Amino acid sequence: MKTTVAGPMVPTMARVNRVRKETHDTFTLELHPAYGQEIHHFAAGQFNMLYVFGFGEVAISISGDPTNPKPLIHTTRAVGNVTKAMAKLKTGDMIGVRGPFGSAWPVKHAEGDDVVLVAGGIGLAPLRPVIYEILANRRKYGKLILLYGTRTPSDILYRKELESWRSRLDMEVYVTVDRSSVNWQGNVGVVTTLIPKAGFDPQQTTAMICGPEIMMRYVALELQKRGVPMSSVFASMERNMKCGIGLCGHCQMGPTFICKDGPVYPYDKIRELLLKREI
Amino acid sequence: METLEPILAEHPFIKGLKPEHIQLMVGCSRNVKFEAGEFILREGYEANEFYIIRHGQVNLEIHSPKRHAVTIHTCREGDVLGWSWLFPPYLWHFDARAMELTRAIALDAKCLRGKCEKDPSLGYELAKRLAHVIEHRLQGATLQLLDLYSSTD
Ligand SMILES: Cc1cc2nc3c(=O)[nH]c(=O)nc-3n(C[C@H](O)[C@H](O)[C@H](O)COP(=O)(O)OP(=O)(O)OC[C@H]3O[C@@H](n4cnc5c(N)ncnc54)[C@H](O)[C@@H]3O)c2cc1C
Ligand code: FES
Repeated sequence: MKTTVAGPMVPTMARVNRVRKETHDTFTLELHPAYGQEIHHFAAGQFNMLYVFGFGEVAISISGDPTNPKPLIHTTRAVGNVTKAMAKLKTGDMIGVRGPFGSAWPVKHAEGDDVVLVAGGIGLAPLRPVIYEILANRRKYGKLILLYGTRTPSDILYRKELESWRSRLDMEVYVTVDRSSVNWQGNVGVVTTLIPKAGFDPQQTTAMICGPEIMMRYVALELQKRGVPMSSVFASMERNMKCGIGLCGHCQMGPTFICKDGPVYPYDKIRELLLKREI
Repeated sequence: METLEPILAEHPFIKGLKPEHIQLMVGCSRNVKFEAGEFILREGYEANEFYIIRHGQVNLEIHSPKRHAVTIHTCREGDVLGWSWLFPPYLWHFDARAMELTRAIALDAKCLRGKCEKDPSLGYELAKRLAHVIEHRLQGATLQLLDLYSSTD
């Protein structure tokens, strides 16, 4: 969106073109600029500040295809004040958009490597653009492996897409749930249990992790046990945001501002910070 | 005659054991196959074998009249199934059910315990490897209990 014309603090108006219910608490919005503005290109991993009028503004990753950024796609889990209000938006409603902001997943840097994506819960949404981009340039990469963990089978996001990725010969998809249900025939156990069995070359791998912080710490540990250098592991961080452009300090984590220096970091740059209780 | 030695030697749980230890284990092992839906272990029954999974999927389940069977963990190719064979009273703590055609090597627990008693270096190696499996399961169970993906995290 053309946030730059009026400055990065002024939202661009967008219209909700489509609402898709993904799970009981998660939904995807397709947005179109309301007044003929352009949709800005974004890099996989970047986020927008979405403004639900009358409620407030939240950071939400762009979960669409960076090689084809129209419409603008965001998948959101309704957890609190703003996201619950966002969940009530209907086709035709307006929303404010600022962005795209922040750092990107190292998709280019990963060329020639096996790529291991480890997602937990809603963490699949910020990683989906990576999948689109790699599939659009499939020959430039080694293996593409997605390891995805959720709470229960009914929390599985992008089910149809997961099935179609799984049926491809050039991508491996493993899904696991923490708690099974009666009809679930798939894997049960935390996402870390999938790592020892995934067939990738640890020395030639770029790993990207997105999910709750505890999960990311244990995933990184498991990757380390497999022999993946921590400099080849990348994680996306979350903190409450306000300005989104490095001015207000709301998203500070130790010496870095997540909105500006992150949200995607090389794991070895943030490992110490993640292990500190006080931050 | 073809033995199970090459298959055992390649399994992640066994890989790196001394050849003489692998030989000792071969003497306690047999090839087994379970059809989808077949129970491999039943809670409360004697833990007289343990399994090195070659292919397939096995769910560890716990059941109650109200909640039916709840799957608590899945084992697959490369995993070992069962450690109750090593600790008295040698009874299974869970049910285990093959979810698809599953091939495994079953190791006779009494035979193996006997060999571990006679050769403590084999016993120590196996105990270390099982401790690793248990550590993994404990870590997994802790994370499952934390309910990381709930919205109150
Ligand atoms: C860079 C970045 C990218 C993000 N991308 C996405 C995305 O693609 N999709 C998405 O759904 N969210 C994403 N988030 C998280 C999202 O910004 C928050 O969920 C949102 O700010 C919550 O605002 P709220 O007003 O609805 O909840 P609040 O009223 O602020 O919080 C209400 C309750 O929800 C809990 N809560 C808040 N945030 C979360 C959370 N992330 N997970 C679980 N519980 C939470 C709080 O602990 C609190 O109890 C991202 C965050 C950042 C920083
Ligand atoms: S949100 Fe204001 S500095 Fe990051």
